Amino acid sequence: MRYLPRSEADRRAMLASIGLSSADELFADIPQAVAQAYRPLHLRAHSEQELVAKLSGLAARNTASGMTCFAGGGIYDHYIPSLVRHILSRSEFYTAYTPYQPEISQGTLTAMFEFQTFVCELTGMEIANASLYDGATAAAEAALMAERLNPRGKIAVASSLFAHVRRVLDTYCWAARVEIVELPHLPSGACDLAAVSPDVSAVILQSPNAFGVIEPLENVKARIGDALLIVAVNPLSLGVLAPPGAFGADIVIGEGQPLGLPMAFGGPLLGLFAARKEHLRHMPGRIAGRTLDAEGKPGYTMAAQTREQHIRRERATSNICTNSALCALAATVYLASLGADGLRRVAEANLEKAHYLADRIFALDGFEPAFSGLFFNEFVVRVPGDAQALHQAMRDAGFLIDPPSLLAKHGVDTAVRVAVTERRTREEMDRFAEMLGGAG
Amino acid sequence: MKTIFDHGAQGPAGGLFRELDVPRTGVDRRLEPGLLRRTAPRIPDLSEPTVARHYTALSKRNYGVDDGIYPLGSCTMKYNPKVNEDIAGLPGFANLHPSADPDLAQGVLAFLYELSDLLGGIAGLPGVSLQPVAGAHGELTGMFLFRRYFEARRQGRRRRILLPDSAHGTNPASAAVAGFEVAQVRSDRAGRIDLAALDAELDDTVAGIMLTVPNTLGLFEERILEVTEKVHRAGGLCYFDGANLNAYLGRARAGDMGADVFHFNLHKTLATPHGGGGPGAGPIAVSEQLVPYLPVPRIERDGERFRWGWDHPHSIGSVHSFYGNVLVALKAYAYLLELGDEGLRAVSEGAVLNANYLQERLKRTYKLPHDRLCKHEFVLSGEDLPHGLTTLDVAKRLIDCGVHPPTIYFPLIVREALMIEPTETEGKEGLDRFAEAMERIAAEAHAHPELLREAPHRTPVRRLDQTRAAKIPVLTYPFEKAAAATG
Repeated sequence: MRYLPRSEADRRAMLASIGLSSADELFADIPQAVAQAYRPLHLRAHSEQELVAKLSGLAARNTASGMTCFAGGGIYDHYIPSLVRHILSRSEFYTAYTPYQPEISQGTLTAMFEFQTFVCELTGMEIANASLYDGATAAAEAALMAERLNPRGKIAVASSLFAHVRRVLDTYCWAARVEIVELPHLPSGACDLAAVSPDVSAVILQSPNAFGVIEPLENVKARIGDALLIVAVNPLSLGVLAPPGAFGADIVIGEGQPLGLPMAFGGPLLGLFAARKEHLRHMPGRIAGRTLDAEGKPGYTMAAQTREQHIRRERATSNICTNSALCALAATVYLASLGADGLRRVAEANLEKAHYLADRIFALDGFEPAFSGLFFNEFVVRVPGDAQALHQAMRDAGFLIDPPSLLAKHGVDTAVRVAVTERRTREEMDRFAEMLGGAG
Repeated sequence: MKTIFDHGAQGPAGGLFRELDVPRTGVDRRLEPGLLRRTAPRIPDLSEPTVARHYTALSKRNYGVDDGIYPLGSCTMKYNPKVNEDIAGLPGFANLHPSADPDLAQGVLAFLYELSDLLGGIAGLPGVSLQPVAGAHGELTGMFLFRRYFEARRQGRRRRILLPDSAHGTNPASAAVAGFEVAQVRSDRAGRIDLAALDAELDDTVAGIMLTVPNTLGLFEERILEVTEKVHRAGGLCYFDGANLNAYLGRARAGDMGADVFHFNLHKTLATPHGGGGPGAGPIAVSEQLVPYLPVPRIERDGERFRWGWDHPHSIGSVHSFYGNVLVALKAYAYLLELGDEGLRAVSEGAVLNANYLQERLKRTYKLPHDRLCKHEFVLSGEDLPHGLTTLDVAKRLIDCGVHPPTIYFPLIVREALMIEPTETEGKEGLDRFAEAMERIAAEAHAHPELLREAPHRTPVRRLDQTRAAKIPVLTYPFEKAAAATG
């Protein structure tokens, strides 16, 4: 085994030093009945060369990866600057553990500190953690935090959250015995806040939402009484959109994949979580902070650890331990590579291109916007005829779009959602619109 | 050391993205002004060389597995094979959108199915979910399953989870997040679960027990079958924390020990990198009676085709956006193929041999509270250190010797604990070097205690003030202060 640096002589010498004559004696404490019940996997060892051949073969069978991607719904086909991959390939970063020993983890900790700052700058919030698993578990953690701050056993959730986020939220809230009240959407696609009852701990909105519609957040806070406002965002959209913090949001969460992570068939992802300073003690997840060393020089370490499971055990704010540190590093390097200017440009490109394609599609006979609300980089098209058949026809032409069933879950029939990123060219969009017109 | 915010402004670099190839309408014409950002986020505009050097410099202030021994107990910091990283970077996997129809993603579904099968085989349990993305997430999912199982049996009164006092901190937190109360079961003098204490807790309010095998002292629960049988007889379920699977890989299966749920830490046992704190993966394997409650979607096979199964009405629902950390699962799958059956046994042999070799040598200089054959890790105590020195001092001095310290102050049941897990990918040479460092430090503790107390001496920063970090939280870059200082 090429990962075991041990000669037979070493092995014998080491066994002898502990007074054993065979390696089997090392396992004498495993009950015999258990040892005897063991069944092998009938798996042979593959050489590196065989392994690469086998798995390259499997990769080739994922034909969707070669299609022109107009799918979205939280995961987008963005361009990733080469530098991101190169920095992430440094094994000092990717093979390290959680920075429990800060003096030899200043790289990870400084990057966490920068990441937290970037998240706050994007969301307009005061504090952020160093990442959660994904946008869906971030929503669940936000709901649990809201219940800690404002325990009412009930939370209002816009129907226009992505279905995958809602599913996870449902599971966590069921376990926490928190009831979910669903808020319907208006014809614009925005959430109908008239339905918010005064006895909820928080209201969760998503902007842009599952219909691509940007929620007007301007007066939301005033309309929901003392319930906390939780907003789920697409961080890339915040290159041009006003941050939820500007509208008094209490917690901002999001899926960080658009910030330099590959789509990766949906994992690993990056959960974003930001809040207001006064709520620090209730935050879930790791947080890095600046402190001083014995000589008075600044350095970084994990902060506010008394919230965490390894100290507080069953009274911790969350059970999270391992999170998405390397994905957070990717987002950090991505944002540093782009700068504020690059981020604004790429967000503008997403918006301009999506609107270009929307204009083309809505000029087609029988294709209408499903909602009147304003959008960023994805939108829902009401289509003539069978959406499923259209989806299939577009697939056959090499275009990947989200399955219409994802929208059907929101009660939106005969429609498809289309997402456009900076990677899509005018030519691809023209062809897409043409095909759509032909297929519809 | 500079943060990215401390580099001099260089102005927009541009050049990353294609020029807009559609007519520019203007964001302000597409959107209402109230929706637009008024002030730019303070993200510096820097050139690529500046950014590349900044993060390269940061990487050099880190210590990874490729730098040397990383004997963090219960973390299994083994070598991460390079080829697995390359495989996870193949565009066929990395550039795949999660809403792609299964027939356009058969390669990834095929490996997810095969990996589920292999993990079920390793655990000796029939049902697997790859959805949990970390060990603690696997624990939480397992606790959700317990909840659903008792709800379905109308035994909602079973709200207590028993935990040995040596348990990982995530265990009690996971049980609590899943809506359970936690009751502790103490260890006996040999570091095993006290059976009498267990009997005293078992009644019809107990939902189950969370066990770590071998336990966090690195000792195998020799009476594990008695423990699980007692819990099952009382109507409870048994959760097995798989953090320590490296100790018996290829030799024993949790299912044969009475586990109802077992979680894997792919980033420990199956050699996927820890990433500085994730992403990991924490798949679970479950016994027959819990299969109906597993998360959706489930990977299913239909002849030669693979698909997602959503139609499981008793399921707890989902615990992750999509299908878990697929690229991490891919690296674990690659690792299993590299090992094969023989390799699995070689791994556990190497892990346990290395730990015992070190334990035998280090017990001459450090206190070993539980002196018996250990499994993949063992726990020393720093309580006999002279001059009021602590385990923390030893850990910090180890950094000066160029090695990563072990886990410290855990498990809680050993005072001044040093928990050492060398893993199988360390050779005798590396173990000897670590042992020599530990021995040198023990000698220094007597002769030059200040060397320990003031350690580390050779790091970019000296010992950091953790209390200050907790008391005066500075959690984001202080732009205003920095501007005042330079302005």
